[in-house]
Amino acid sequence: MSRPKPSQPDATVLTGAHYLDGDEACAEGAIAAGCRFFAGYPITPSTEIAERIASRFPLVGGTFIQMEDELASMAAILGGAWGGAKAMTVTSGPGFSLMMENIGLGIMTETPCVVVNVQRGGPSTGLPTLTGQQDMMQARWGSHGDYEVIALSPSSPQECFDLTITAFGLSERYRLPVLFMMDECVGHMTEKVVIPPAEDIPVIERRWYRGPKESYLPYQAGPDKVPDMVRAGDDYRIHITGLTHDERGYPVINAACQSVCVSRLVDKIRDNAGDIVITDEEAVDGADVVVVSYGISYRVATRAIALARAEGIKVGSVRLVTVWPFPEARIAELSRKVKALVMPEINLGQMYRELQRAAAGNCRTLLIPHCGGWVHDPNDVLAAIREGAK
Amino acid sequence: MVEVKFSGFGGQGIIRMGSITGKAASLHDGKQATLTQSFGPEARGGACSAQLVVSAERILYPYVTVPDILVAMSQEAYVKFEPELKDGGWLLIDEDLVQPHPPHGAVRQLAVPATRIAETMGNRMFANMVMLGFLAAVTGIVPLEALEKALPGSVPDRSIPKNIEAMRKGWGIGKQQSADGS
Repeated sequence: MSRPKPSQPDATVLTGAHYLDGDEACAEGAIAAGCRFFAGYPITPSTEIAERIASRFPLVGGTFIQMEDELASMAAILGGAWGGAKAMTVTSGPGFSLMMENIGLGIMTETPCVVVNVQRGGPSTGLPTLTGQQDMMQARWGSHGDYEVIALSPSSPQECFDLTITAFGLSERYRLPVLFMMDECVGHMTEKVVIPPAEDIPVIERRWYRGPKESYLPYQAGPDKVPDMVRAGDDYRIHITGLTHDERGYPVINAACQSVCVSRLVDKIRDNAGDIVITDEEAVDGADVVVVSYGISYRVATRAIALARAEGIKVGSVRLVTVWPFPEARIAELSRKVKALVMPEINLGQMYRELQRAAAGNCRTLLIPHCGGWVHDPNDVLAAIREGAK
Repeated sequence: MVEVKFSGFGGQGIIRMGSITGKAASLHDGKQATLTQSFGPEARGGACSAQLVVSAERILYPYVTVPDILVAMSQEAYVKFEPELKDGGWLLIDEDLVQPHPPHGAVRQLAVPATRIAETMGNRMFANMVMLGFLAAVTGIVPLEALEKALPGSVPDRSIPKNIEAMRKGWGIGKQQSADGS
């Protein structure tokens, strides 16, 4: 793969106010974050991201490849990342399923990249044009083996821009595929998106190994458990494999190496969860009921929260900006203070299981399920808030 | 807060109307505007609608509940969405494409021959712009200048003058009707 070409600064960051949908804003966020390699296969409702990337990359020196399918797309961005680029792919549920094996490869090889899933209703091809939040557990557990992930869920086009940059930063910082869990409603919602000057955008660059070549070990990590990287082809001795490996990257197929290798993959996220987890809280102090939501369901819940407050119910809101790792310590703390935690999500109970687990019976937990295809009626969320306040 | 539903059939530029109005309000009139759209596999010829919420405040709930303004560019859209319109709201129709029944309650029903005017300009594709100018004139949801500023990037550069001409024609008719009605 050729090195990313020098970009034209004026085209890289479109500083100013724009009227963009979530998909377009995600593409601009990726470009502003320094993404210069994209491989993907079009699928509704994520295609607009690929379209925007395809039209913008020639202006910024990026490489766009339309692959034959999603397996290849995911494999290509892993290769792009090892070639030195910040890399991304976008898809929806059916393609996300096909990417699972190579997402696992990205976890095992500690390859920084961003995987965007603009969720639609499933299972299978389901509802191509209609919304869902049904891939949340697949994001956590869809590939085989033990691992931890980082996933974010934007609620507005502005956040599609801002959090795509955050996603790239987390992927570089912790060296793993970061999952960007959009939904069709946010992807196709259009609002003002303010793109700041390039110098004000918090871009995190890859941590390159700078030491002597002869002592380089690709999977030797410091206290933060995240190894430094080199580019393939830069004269370092590297070996990258999905097999359990030692610090040299060579396969070692035994329980002792497995313990070291897999524990570090998990611990580098768990130990740093405090730095990774982002929640957006409002009026939780003194609340009887707290609505825990994410993505489009947060936007819908705000109406129910306003209606409940008009009835005199003390209700707060916790929005999951990062959905994985789940903010279990915070939810556990809240569960000891409130009567109920209420969660609307456009599935039949996925993040809700985490909510229940973290609340551990300290308070009531109420799920407001939805099969997908449309958002909740705010009155259904309101009814659950009323129930929780009893 | 004003809730608007733009409706018609695919190919009339219905979503584009919502997008230009939202862009005008949020980038050129100091307001917030959230556009959502019904998005189906149907394209040209199928029923189509865009929902726009315009507000001076931050918009949290993004959807139109009871439209204050309904723009109907087809009979099918009119039949489907007219019952949802707020009592006292605005109903704006293309008079050659919609055969309305008497308006319910205090609905203010206004008609403009948007498609016919666009055809006299040489292309019925400008009908949506005639309607946008008309909408701005009668409801005041967004200034005409803001709509015109929103055109670059939203329509091909070479067609901006024609789009502005179409908007101004609609705006002129709207102002005339408002003057006649008051």
